[in-house]
Amino acid sequence: MEQQPVLLMKNISKSFPGVKALNSVDFELRKGEVHGLLGENGAGKSTLIKILTGAYQKDEGQIILNGKEVNITNPRDAINLGIAAIYQELNLQPFLSVAENIFLGREIKSTNNIISLINWKKTKEEAKRILKELGQDIDPSYPVNRLGIGQQQMVEIAKILSTNANIIILDEPTACLSSKETEELFKVILELKKKGISIIYISHRLEEIFTICDRVTVMRDGNKIITLDTKNTNKDELIKYMVGRTLEQQYPKIKTIRGREALRVENLTRKGVFENISFTAYCGEILGISGLVGAGRTEIVRAIFGADPVDYGKIYVFGEECNIKSPIDAMNKGIALITEDRKNQGLILIDNILNNITLSSLVDFKRKILLDYKEMTDKSVELIKKLNIKTPTVKKVVRELSGGNQQKVVIAKWLCKKAKIFIFDEPTRGIDVGAKVEVYNIMNELVKEGACVIMISSELPEIMGMSDRIIVVHEGKITGEFLREEANQEIIMKAATGVI
Amino acid sequence: MLAKTEIQGKIENKKINVKNLLSSAGALAGLIVLCIALSIMSPYFLKIENIMNIARQSAINSLIAVGMLLAILTGGIDLSVGSVLALSTVIMAILVKNFSLNPILGIIVCLGIGAFLGFLNGIMLTKLHLPHPFISTLGMMNIARGLALIITKATPISGFPKSIQYFGSAFIGIIPVSFLLVIVVYIIYHIFLTKTPTGRYIYAVGGNPEAARLSGINVEKILIIVYTLSGLMAAVGGLVLVGRVNAAYPLAGLGYELDAIAAVIIGGASFMGGIGTVWGTLIGSMIMAVLRNGLNLLGVSAEWQTVAIGAVIVGAVYIDVLRRRAEAKTK
Repeated sequence: MEQQPVLLMKNISKSFPGVKALNSVDFELRKGEVHGLLGENGAGKSTLIKILTGAYQKDEGQIILNGKEVNITNPRDAINLGIAAIYQELNLQPFLSVAENIFLGREIKSTNNIISLINWKKTKEEAKRILKELGQDIDPSYPVNRLGIGQQQMVEIAKILSTNANIIILDEPTACLSSKETEELFKVILELKKKGISIIYISHRLEEIFTICDRVTVMRDGNKIITLDTKNTNKDELIKYMVGRTLEQQYPKIKTIRGREALRVENLTRKGVFENISFTAYCGEILGISGLVGAGRTEIVRAIFGADPVDYGKIYVFGEECNIKSPIDAMNKGIALITEDRKNQGLILIDNILNNITLSSLVDFKRKILLDYKEMTDKSVELIKKLNIKTPTVKKVVRELSGGNQQKVVIAKWLCKKAKIFIFDEPTRGIDVGAKVEVYNIMNELVKEGACVIMISSELPEIMGMSDRIIVVHEGKITGEFLREEANQEIIMKAATGVI
Repeated sequence: MLAKTEIQGKIENKKINVKNLLSSAGALAGLIVLCIALSIMSPYFLKIENIMNIARQSAINSLIAVGMLLAILTGGIDLSVGSVLALSTVIMAILVKNFSLNPILGIIVCLGIGAFLGFLNGIMLTKLHLPHPFISTLGMMNIARGLALIITKATPISGFPKSIQYFGSAFIGIIPVSFLLVIVVYIIYHIFLTKTPTGRYIYAVGGNPEAARLSGINVEKILIIVYTLSGLMAAVGGLVLVGRVNAAYPLAGLGYELDAIAAVIIGGASFMGGIGTVWGTLIGSMIMAVLRNGLNLLGVSAEWQTVAIGAVIVGAVYIDVLRRRAEAKTK
């Protein structure tokens, strides 16, 4: 039963400075289907979606909606065409009520008055009706920030339904949901399908793709690889298409010799966030920290770095007990934290490469009272070359670099400070595959030179591919520790979900 | 590869420096056009006495504005400068006139009080965790103004020794000392902001406070330094004002914070923080002084001058917006 697709995207291309994000990509969506969009970080999924929702402009290609070519130049166009997206970060006004959020910008007015005021009674009734259609029993007058994340997502779906959207994009919708909330979401997705609404479902989680999707399109390095019926494929095949290369090529792990103790943490606790965290990391070793999103991994390393407070616990750096109260203390002990959110926490985006690289070590470039710019430039150029940062000049503004090069600037900043313990939090998030391998090679280089590397990652292949040793965190506690040889996907997942 | 990057780095270094100059060039071009127009309209405008007059008239705002620039670079603002100017100068006046304090010590006390009030602004912001410097400095603006009125019983104090009048009214040759002071101060601040770690930290804190903190910068300390310096510069401006009119009065500096903000913004600094130069601010301050002077010469009333200044603020920033947009498009 071949039918005319609801949406056809043809030969879509898009480039950013230094990166070809999409290379002549085709995508087809049928009425009432749930279509999975699969690919690693940097594969081009988000870019494709942002073009569809008007957040980005395509360089080339056509978008055909119900047989007619359309021109989507801004988010408003997309909404008017019935295309709506729900992102990981929800787009709600936290202090406004559920009903007000649903009808924000399209308020229901009283019509018979001379001055048309908002008809709150009708607004609430309508909101209640839409939520009920979704099987949700949420009080429409409740402020959104007092709802759980799952319910907030339902409010967002209700908001989209009230605009009469017929194409809904869900971007990693289950990333922050509990398993019960996920089940609830799947029920709602089936409801939407019945109404003839088409859904593009983006996820990393292969199980979900098989549970909920009719078809799946795999993307890699900005290219569409293949579209398959989910019933005619299996996990291994999808992984093969996603990765496109062998594990060895993707994770260029080298063998190193474990050196002396670098960082030891004993009973580190921050009430309600993490409890009794104890582990040791060594020089010449990559220690992977695995676990689900929200397990408390980021909070633990932020506490070690002095960015967040702790209630009790001890931290030893190279065998010496340290009282780390701020990032300044941690930095002076040789610890570096390369945060997961480099744009907001790692870089001064409006400043240039030179100033970003030297930011933490400016004092080292001080001659009497003034800075020695020649030395700063020389050092920056040296690091740019060492880390292969692609830029014509040290004066390039960091905002204009690609994600991978931005990440390398952050690493360069800590190399410039001569850090000895490098904590990477999701080091390859949002950077393209080539740059990932470069980041892994930098880690290799670091441990080879005797540094200690700690790497948080949500990507199991990455954890298993690069770590010498792995600890697993679940709900603020360490639930497992494995050597590289003992580790497999199954036992790590068990520890990460608290099954063992 | 290294050689290539290095060479390119050097070449581009120069190119970008030119570009950096150009970013305050909009304001500079505005200043030049304004001067040409005024010199055509009024033959007196280009006379040396008049130019020195402008130099003198712009001095107070220039001195205050460089402190304001620091606050705005961190993404903040200092609304208290006008009141800090008043309180620090009337305290000096009372000590010198009523308690026969040595005038040099009086000057030091004046500067010290300005710096101390600024320091308190910084403390309120960082230690009391008031959400925005708009609030802490708004409070200080009222507190300092009120105290200045109380201790003077709302009356001016006049007649000062030569040493106190020096910065406001003396000349070296034909050049007013106040303007020389501005030049010296601006050179010092230029070096401070571009060539010292603390100066660079100010940009970093304004560009991204969280990234700055996680880069091991003591953000609170930087903010306290910034507001202390802003208070100090208000007192320096006050010293010039007292010298010029030979009087200290509790309503001195009323509205000066707005002139200082205007100079910084006309000079191309970003209100979001992280972007701005001392030279831009100096040009901004000069534009305001030239405009007032020129309109005076042309016999335009004070009321209409205010309208003109307002239009220049909006116009200058709008031109900047257009420029940025054009830049973004060419990328």
